[in-house]
Amino acid sequence: MDDFIAARSQMALSLGFHIIFSCIGMVMPFFMAVSHYKWLKTNDEVYKNLTKAWSKGVAIFFATGAVSGTMLSFELGLLWPKFMDHAGPIFGMPFSLEGTAFFIEAIALGFFLYGWNKLNKWFHWFTGMVVGVSGLASGILVVAANAWMNSPAGFDFVNGQYLNIDPIQAMFNKAWFSQALHMCLAAFTATGFAVAGVHALMILRDRNKEFHLKAFKIAAIFACIGALLQPLSGDISAKDVAKRQPAKLAAMEALYKTEKPAPLLIGGIVNEKDKTVKGAIEIPGALSFLAHGDFSAEVKGLDQIPENEHPPVAITHYAFQIMVGIGTLLLLVSLTYFFTLFKKKPLTEKRWLLKLFVVAIPLGYIALEAGWVVTEVGRQPWIIYGIMRTKDAVTPMPGIAYSFYIFSAIYVSLSLIVTFLLYRQIKMVPVLYNKPETK
Amino acid sequence: MEQVVITFLCMAILLYFLLGGADFGAGIIELFTSTKNRSKTRKTMYQAIGPVWEANHMWLIIAIVILFVGFPHIYTTMSVYLHIPLAIMLIGIIARGTAFVFRHYDAVKDDMQWFYNRIFRYSSFVTALFLGIIAGSLISGHIDTQANDFYTAYISGWLNWFSVAVGLFTVALCGFLAAIYLIGETKEAHDKRRFIKKAEFMNVAAVVFGAMVFIAAQRDKIPLIDWVFKSNVGLSAIILASLSLVLLWYLLIKGKTKVLRILAGFQVTMILLAISYAHFPNFIRLKNGDAISLLETAGPEKTIYSLGLALLLGSVLILPFLGYLFYKFQKKEE
Repeated sequence: MDDFIAARSQMALSLGFHIIFSCIGMVMPFFMAVSHYKWLKTNDEVYKNLTKAWSKGVAIFFATGAVSGTMLSFELGLLWPKFMDHAGPIFGMPFSLEGTAFFIEAIALGFFLYGWNKLNKWFHWFTGMVVGVSGLASGILVVAANAWMNSPAGFDFVNGQYLNIDPIQAMFNKAWFSQALHMCLAAFTATGFAVAGVHALMILRDRNKEFHLKAFKIAAIFACIGALLQPLSGDISAKDVAKRQPAKLAAMEALYKTEKPAPLLIGGIVNEKDKTVKGAIEIPGALSFLAHGDFSAEVKGLDQIPENEHPPVAITHYAFQIMVGIGTLLLLVSLTYFFTLFKKKPLTEKRWLLKLFVVAIPLGYIALEAGWVVTEVGRQPWIIYGIMRTKDAVTPMPGIAYSFYIFSAIYVSLSLIVTFLLYRQIKMVPVLYNKPETK
Repeated sequence: MEQVVITFLCMAILLYFLLGGADFGAGIIELFTSTKNRSKTRKTMYQAIGPVWEANHMWLIIAIVILFVGFPHIYTTMSVYLHIPLAIMLIGIIARGTAFVFRHYDAVKDDMQWFYNRIFRYSSFVTALFLGIIAGSLISGHIDTQANDFYTAYISGWLNWFSVAVGLFTVALCGFLAAIYLIGETKEAHDKRRFIKKAEFMNVAAVVFGAMVFIAAQRDKIPLIDWVFKSNVGLSAIILASLSLVLLWYLLIKGKTKVLRILAGFQVTMILLAISYAHFPNFIRLKNGDAISLLETAGPEKTIYSLGLALLLGSVLILPFLGYLFYKFQKKEE
């Protein structure tokens, strides 16, 4: 394996792994806080048990997210030292703030997990909320740093020199808001569907119905609101990308030729050699509308971009299709769920709906990863868009392939263990939470 | 602002050595505990470090963020030439961090515990060892940024007598810190005696490995003796550390636990000060005799300024909250 490819693969793997754990770690605390609130208000033991059960999940995910995040803060240098040499002082601001947010999150989690019966009950609830809020803040800050790679700002690039560095301006780059919004909604949607789906499965299997039903309702409402809002945020992102990174947009839609008006392609097989797309469904003018809000606008194709600045088209296009496809599907599930809320029939009798949620368990995360692929692969060959190429940033150390194999093995085994642990947590729900007071 | 940032960096590194080090030490202690006492050690340990566990490891993140934002040249030099030990340390951090949480949160306590425990113990040892190796390598003067072959560039910079001796010394110090910490956490007289024994053992080990560090420094032609004994600060630090060692043994034998922690922390701080003061603000010593200094490689002014501001703001938010966390969970339940 080529060192450059190995470095990129290792980075992709680490981020792909970290992204799931950090999303769960930043969203679950909010579910927990809702359930905790209900317990404090209603004194219903089920809510207390649910809060405790979820908090164990949060502890597992937080720890895994924290170590994989630590790993990443080193990996930036281990794999891309030449990038960090220049970029560190420019885009470091969100990271230094993120350090604070993350620290507060860790402290609050300590209070929350060990604070049962030791703290004032509302202070205890508050620490749980702090976990969520600071987790969300960390997420937004890290995405802001990534947005800078897509939309470099806060410096002047003169003859290969990075001058007049302004880290604040770099943090508030043009892409930060659209990317952070999209990521946060994705985190809520994906985690909401995954959690709701797992509890739906338990309801279908007739285990601790009351417990799982309450859990399902909390998670599902977050998931469905997220899924409803996501298309709006997607629209903001699409228009933003069209303006700033035409090459990425062209790759997303496999638009090889500049067209006016440009059609939207759904599906299709990309042939990168012949620069053609076969078998796609074309919606005339739709891409023009999505990118520029005008059905007859011109959309820049890859033909207007130098060949050596083309991102890999097929991967970007497929990933984009997967993301949008799943997004639409989840939107439909959400709408269905909201409609069924008006019917008085209890949820337990709507087995088909629960089954729909079970199917959706992995979908949100698949879409989230696909979206990540779109933004990262779509930026290639640049590591800092228009400024530095990824291949110029890679470490001079040979043998990165071995590092990639080792870390792959670690991440795969960690994923397996975490899945196994969750399976056990869920299996033990009847034993742990059937009695009214358990510890 | 540069001073503020450097102070924060030094504090973060020190606190990571003390708090994170005590965490590593807990695993190392477990490694050197007889099988029949292990589950008890584990329990005491969990009660002691559980609540502050995640927070203790944040200091590493703070230190590394300060380095890559404020001192990118230092960060990238480390990343390139100490790639291998850093990667091993990271594997250790991942393994022990997850194993620690997994073994506590696994809903079923069965044979898997055996597996988590093994991983936790060995990776604690490895992490502390490599943390020490990295620290040693930075000042060893073996890092060669002009090397042409793989071995000189990526191996000999850290795989040398001095670095390895510092690594072993760090392992002993971590174990020592943890043992001292745990003495105060247990109520049973029997366990107290056990941890006191461990602390004594680790302290002897630290002295032995400490001597090895000096011998290795002589062998590798590192002017460690000059750094420590020819500078007033280094000399006073080492004298204070030695004096506190005597006091510490006295207190250990008497079984006075409260002052012990402060004293142990003080001692480790003095050791770090003695080793690092003489070549401060140089952070990395290179083979060709050059050094990479914190002051000379600091990032642009605006970056340092906003970094300093972020750190100050962060500490206003973090420190009271963190202090309360320690306070709340330190209090013994009557």
